[in-house]
Amino acid sequence: MGHVLILGATSDMAQALAYRYAQEGYQVTLAARQIEPLTALVSDLQIRYQAKVAALAFEATDYASHATFYANLATPPNVVICVFGYLGEQAKAQEDFAESEKIIATNYVGAVSILNIVANDFESRQSGCIIGISSVAGDRGRQSNYIYGSAKAGFTAYLSGLRNRLAKSQVQVLTVKPGFVRTRMTEKLKLPPFITATPTQVANQIYRAHQAKRDVLYTLWMWQFIMLIIRHIPEFIFKRLSL
Amino acid sequence: MRNFGKYVLSAVTGGVIGAAATWLWSNRPGTARLMGSWGNYPKVAAQLHTFQTIAELRQILKNVHSAIPRGNGRSYGDSALAPHMISSLNYNKFLSFDTQAGIIHCQAGVLLSEILEVTVAKGWFLPVTPGTKLITVGGAIASDVHGKSQHKAGNFSDHLVSMELMLADGSIVTCSPEQNNELFWTTCGGMGLTGVILSATMHLIPIETAYIRQESLRADNLDHLMDLFEESESWMYSVAWIDCLTKGNGMGRGYIMRGEHATLTDLAGDSRRKYPLEPRWKPKLIVPFDFPEFFLNSFIIKAFNFVLYHKNPKKVVKSVIDYDEFFYPLDVIYQWNRIYGPRGFTQYQFILPTENSRAGMKAIMQKITDSNMGSFLAVLKLYGPQRGYLPFAMAGYSLALDFPIRDGLFDFLDELDKLVLSYGGRLYLTKDARMSAAMFKETYPQLETFLQNLQQINPNDKFRSRQSDRVGLTK
Ligand SMILES: Cc1cc2nc3c(=O)[nH]c(=O)nc-3n(C[C@H](O)[C@H](O)[C@H](O)COP(=O)(O)OP(=O)(O)OC[C@H]3O[C@@H](n4cnc5c(N)ncnc54)[C@H](O)[C@@H]3O)c2cc1C
Ligand SMILES: NC(=O)c1ccc[n+]([C@@H]2O[C@H](COP(=O)([O-])OP(=O)(O)OC[C@H]3O[C@@H](n4cnc5c(N)ncnc54)[C@H](OP(=O)(O)O)[C@@H]3O)[C@@H](O)[C@H]2O)c1
Repeated sequence: MGHVLILGATSDMAQALAYRYAQEGYQVTLAARQIEPLTALVSDLQIRYQAKVAALAFEATDYASHATFYANLATPPNVVICVFGYLGEQAKAQEDFAESEKIIATNYVGAVSILNIVANDFESRQSGCIIGISSVAGDRGRQSNYIYGSAKAGFTAYLSGLRNRLAKSQVQVLTVKPGFVRTRMTEKLKLPPFITATPTQVANQIYRAHQAKRDVLYTLWMWQFIMLIIRHIPEFIFKRLSL
Repeated sequence: MRNFGKYVLSAVTGGVIGAAATWLWSNRPGTARLMGSWGNYPKVAAQLHTFQTIAELRQILKNVHSAIPRGNGRSYGDSALAPHMISSLNYNKFLSFDTQAGIIHCQAGVLLSEILEVTVAKGWFLPVTPGTKLITVGGAIASDVHGKSQHKAGNFSDHLVSMELMLADGSIVTCSPEQNNELFWTTCGGMGLTGVILSATMHLIPIETAYIRQESLRADNLDHLMDLFEESESWMYSVAWIDCLTKGNGMGRGYIMRGEHATLTDLAGDSRRKYPLEPRWKPKLIVPFDFPEFFLNSFIIKAFNFVLYHKNPKKVVKSVIDYDEFFYPLDVIYQWNRIYGPRGFTQYQFILPTENSRAGMKAIMQKITDSNMGSFLAVLKLYGPQRGYLPFAMAGYSLALDFPIRDGLFDFLDELDKLVLSYGGRLYLTKDARMSAAMFKETYPQLETFLQNLQQINPNDKFRSRQSDRVGLTK
């Protein structure tokens, strides 16, 4: 039976992933900086799917704690999903470096710190799957969120390099680039429904991409197309757009 | 040249996406839209608020002037309708399940169908279930629902250990028959007016199999049917389907179905005994759109009733069927309510006390058969008393009929109200969409006590529905 470790488990996307993997018979370890809000999720997964579920404390920006955190897992996972992230506020980040730093630390440095450890473990075990939730925002920097976007771009490049390194070790690395997803992160934004996914849709797409051993996944599919265009708009036009 | 192609491509797709986005933007969630409940009548411009945590619910209560809690919208009329509705559907986690004692604790948005999915395989069943399993635990408590076992097992709330409620001021209170018992009994059957039910703990009943041993008996008229009910009082489950369109001697002819949870012995020699708690999966039918109104003309209803009546020529038919087939025959047709067309329908469910049941039922049925208003379904059932301050049930008989909304219907139902009143009966709030405040006041004897309690719990009518305003439960 599989064992999935979900990092950033209080997010709506993580919760949807937990349901999908539990339903498929996986053991689920939920890691989040606060575990109290996970109590109901843990009991619900246990009761609905008779899943083996545990919740553990994890702080993405406490890099020094990551090795111990991973070593202390009761059983080693064979799927690790890195879901945590921080959108932050672009305007604030421009004025206040602390906000920029938090965005970069959460979306990039924290992810590198924990996934380095996971990658070494999976490499030595010659198996496993690492799933990183990056973002379409990392595909091209835009004035409205380029601090977040650049951190996600870094994460995307990291995952691509990792995939290259681990391919010969039978370790799958899946980069997920969600477009809009209706979650807590975006509840205050007005999102166009047609290109906005629900967390459940995203989770189902991720599970299928994992099973199909895919490398890169855009959720929803239209986003691959939209980003293709956005990436190809020439810079001299792009820089004048208000995006 | 290559670049030129790119510009064209991006301009065209950008335009297409932009147009699609603008068009869809106007449909974004969070704005008011017309919503109804199961009967699709009435419809109210409403905003639906959802929550997953206590903090989110508190915030909603702060933001709205007044609102009504809402479960899965399976009440027929306007019990769960108001300009602001607080949906419990995302607050739906199981909190504990003691498989030894048969006690389950879950959040209020859990559906009864989800409980069955979890418990049946472990040998436990709902202590009380209505004719659909697609309702929430919160809705089951707030309407204090009942099922085919009402005469023996009482109502849903009779099996609660305790529940948790968020009051108008955002505070959370636990109540049970022992603790805060006035709040408890005002909330059971209190139609969402005391607060938002957050979670409940309830007793389940043990079962050996997922099947029901059923007998169906044919009755030639109403008296015969009632005799059969009284004969079947010791059965756990009983309900009758009535053909309301036949006049004269055969008036009230129909079937009574009675049932018990099948034991392993009942499944002896049956292939189903191998997996007694895992009935086979069955496909669903869907009514994908609103039927045009002419579909329901009385000729078709007649044909439908006739077929049902003659399908079964024998006097007693015994069978062992799975629980879905016995309890939830209508759930198999997803959204069957749309068969009544865009104007919707209403269910008229009334109860009469035992002493007046025979005379009263006959008088009312006579009026209905004479009216040709047409009822697709008519369900008769024997009842016992009910606790709480707004109980629908009493020792007696209830009849439930569906009426498509059409001109003149409400005048006709007002006439029926007069008859129900004169026989000492009352109407079921969770089905109602049109009863007058006067009718309600005259037929719910403990209304004063309920209102006094409510005055303490919900003094400023923070929780109110279109129905509560209409019947005078709120001002
Ligand atoms: C096909 C069918 C068959 C039925 N058969 C029966 C039957 O046999 N017996 C029977 O008794 N009923 C029956 N009903 C009616 C149904 O069981 C009730 O209307 C039930 O209350 C619906 O629950 P719901 O979750 O859909 O709640 P809703 O319809 O959304 O709400 C119903 C009431 O409950 C309140 N409420 C809902 N959630 C909460 C909460 N969390 N906290 C506080 N208040 C809340 C609402 O304010 C409203 O007053 C049937 C309905 C259908 C469609
Ligand atoms: N929603 C979208 O439209 C969208 C689009 C593209 C990409 N994404 C990405 O998808 C992922 C999930 O996002 P979401 O939309 O579900 O947002 P969310 O609900 O805001 O989730 C963010 C999660 O990250 C956790 N987190 C933040 N900082 C952390 C830290 N220092 N240590 C540990 N955990 C931390 C949060 O935990 P707390 O509960 O403790 O705050 C929360 O669980 C994120 O990586 C996000 O960037 C989202």
